[in-house]
Amino acid sequence: MATWTWFHRFGSPPWVYGFAARWAPWFGGAAVLSMLIALYGGLILAPPDYQQKDAFRIVYIHAPVATMSMAVYSTMAVAAAVGLIWRMKVAHAAAAACAPIGAWFTVATLATGMLWGKPMWGAYWVWDPRLTSELVLLFLYFGYMGLRAGIEDPQKADKASAVLAIVGAVNIPIIKYSVNWWNSLHQPATRLIGEADMDWSMVWPLLLMLAAFFLYFGWVMLIRLRAELLRRERNASWVREVVA
Amino acid sequence: MLNVSGLHLWRGDRHVLRNVSFTVDAGQCLLLTGRNGAGKTTLLRAVAGLLDPEQGEVSWRGTAARKSRGEFHAELAYLGHDAPLKGDLTGRENLRYSIGIRRAVAANEIHAALERTGAQPFADRPVRTLSAGQRRRVALAGVLLTGAVLWLLDEPTTNLDSDGKRLVASLIEQQLAAGGIVVAAVHQDLDLGSGSVVNLELAAA
Amino acid sequence: MKAGPLQAARLVMVRDLRLAFRKPSQLLQPLMFFMIVATLFPLTLTPELSRLRDAAPGVLWVGALLSSLLALEFLFREDAQDGTLEQFALSGQSLTWMLFAKTCVHWLLTGLPLALSAPVAAVGLGVPAEAMWSVVAALALGGFALSLIGAISAGLTLGARRGGVLLSLLTLPLAVPILVFGADATQRAITGGEIAPPMYLLGAIAVLGVTLAPLAAAAAVRIGLE
Repeated sequence: MATWTWFHRFGSPPWVYGFAARWAPWFGGAAVLSMLIALYGGLILAPPDYQQKDAFRIVYIHAPVATMSMAVYSTMAVAAAVGLIWRMKVAHAAAAACAPIGAWFTVATLATGMLWGKPMWGAYWVWDPRLTSELVLLFLYFGYMGLRAGIEDPQKADKASAVLAIVGAVNIPIIKYSVNWWNSLHQPATRLIGEADMDWSMVWPLLLMLAAFFLYFGWVMLIRLRAELLRRERNASWVREVVA
Repeated sequence: MLNVSGLHLWRGDRHVLRNVSFTVDAGQCLLLTGRNGAGKTTLLRAVAGLLDPEQGEVSWRGTAARKSRGEFHAELAYLGHDAPLKGDLTGRENLRYSIGIRRAVAANEIHAALERTGAQPFADRPVRTLSAGQRRRVALAGVLLTGAVLWLLDEPTTNLDSDGKRLVASLIEQQLAAGGIVVAAVHQDLDLGSGSVVNLELAAA
Repeated sequence: MKAGPLQAARLVMVRDLRLAFRKPSQLLQPLMFFMIVATLFPLTLTPELSRLRDAAPGVLWVGALLSSLLALEFLFREDAQDGTLEQFALSGQSLTWMLFAKTCVHWLLTGLPLALSAPVAAVGLGVPAEAMWSVVAALALGGFALSLIGAISAGLTLGARRGGVLLSLLTLPLAVPILVFGADATQRAITGGEIAPPMYLLGAIAVLGVTLAPLAAAAAVRIGLE
């Protein structure tokens, strides 16, 4: 069955290593290209917001990295679950590779949010549900990385951090829906397509930036995954051949 | 009844178990020998299901142990390096709880087992006041009380004097005669009179 | 005759309670810690009761969290070290139920006494007498949820270095909703508002915790025993 061949290929570290080597540059190139176009569209082409003037343009960084902070965690949790259930080493390596990237996205979200908060609300930080749960997400990333570092045995570290990643996944829907469940200072989700709340000239750079960041994540993750696989499999024969 | 095939296990970077395979049937005893670090404890723990092997399978009565873990464990008694006893409880209380969670056990059964292993004289003192050899005797009574078919013993004669070593041998013989199976990691040969004994030497990685 | 999972769990509870009462001095430690924390705030912030009253929910709940974390370290540690936890995993019984039993005992010996003695600390923080029952109820319910969630992190950090610090780091993110709702309930009780909404939410978290946390803890413990 075609799907099973794919599945087995992704279970093989040398195959994934080669796959990542081939595809990473494409992800990188596409990421840079779309980011340039999107930034041009968002910073130059899009008109200023009637309320916030030019301050709103921070949304072109803030909203995509916020989405990415959650998307990377979800990817990490899914990879961890796959590693735990089907006992795939590559899946555990992928989860480990995702964590620092996701943590940085979360830091970027909080930082851009604070920069935006000052002109919008007059304060760098408020303890409303969305900001608080994003901060909690950062602690979850730290906890995940801390747990991995704290357990000596690599297989145990993989499995324990997988359980943590899965348990912590409950935080993701909380972040996403907190603005709907509670009256908070943070604005609720803006409709982008169809019955849009924003003009298309403002929307397309946003969507393109999101795609750009996804491609960026793919690029960096594949590079990290290769390094992770080399480190884990350093005693295997395929690594010796690659390094030679 | 117990079948291990093609077991491979890594601990970190070390390939501790390399393609270990064996079969043990009712009334048989498998003695694991090998130098320190050869993987005797690792093998016992892998058979017990405490460790997950990367490759290979452990099957009990024809089914994979991993699939029917609860039933497998109900028929299994595992005794590791240290006697699994709570220091603040007496030997008798320890057994009442550790066996009680497996099956209903009566006070006279506990008494009989403690007598058999020579632990009765100190069964009502807190375990932390006992010597290592005394604790082992209490732990052996625990193994007896489980009524398990399969015994996995990791260096069962540790800390025991020559009387104690004879006790372990006679307990194993008793278990084999009843149709049970014993897999034991040992440093020196255990003097087992009757019963079929198979030796498996593990090589260090 | 094989024992059922509930019977095994009940026996584990009896065992843990008996063990705890053999070392009575250890029972008081989390409680003492809570009292000390609750005293530190009036000493360092302000002696004015009216201002302390505003900080009271936070002080009570942070104190409850910290002493719960302190006690969580011992939930599995001793059993893991002397090999009895391993025997639980090998008993053929439901590890989930047995760990749930241990968690309940942990709450009975830590969270519940803390909740019941909270009025003593609360009086010093300017909490009015009418609010006391609600304060106790919220801390009891929240404490139970905290014990459940803490069991997961206690299981995960079984084999880790610096397990104590890591345990707190792992428990904190998952405990935030409990703290938020619990403090909200306490605040409403102090100002005389409607405490039902946050209490229901606390209850919902506790129910979710009861169904899922012991499962996660059992998985974590099995991994930790490898």
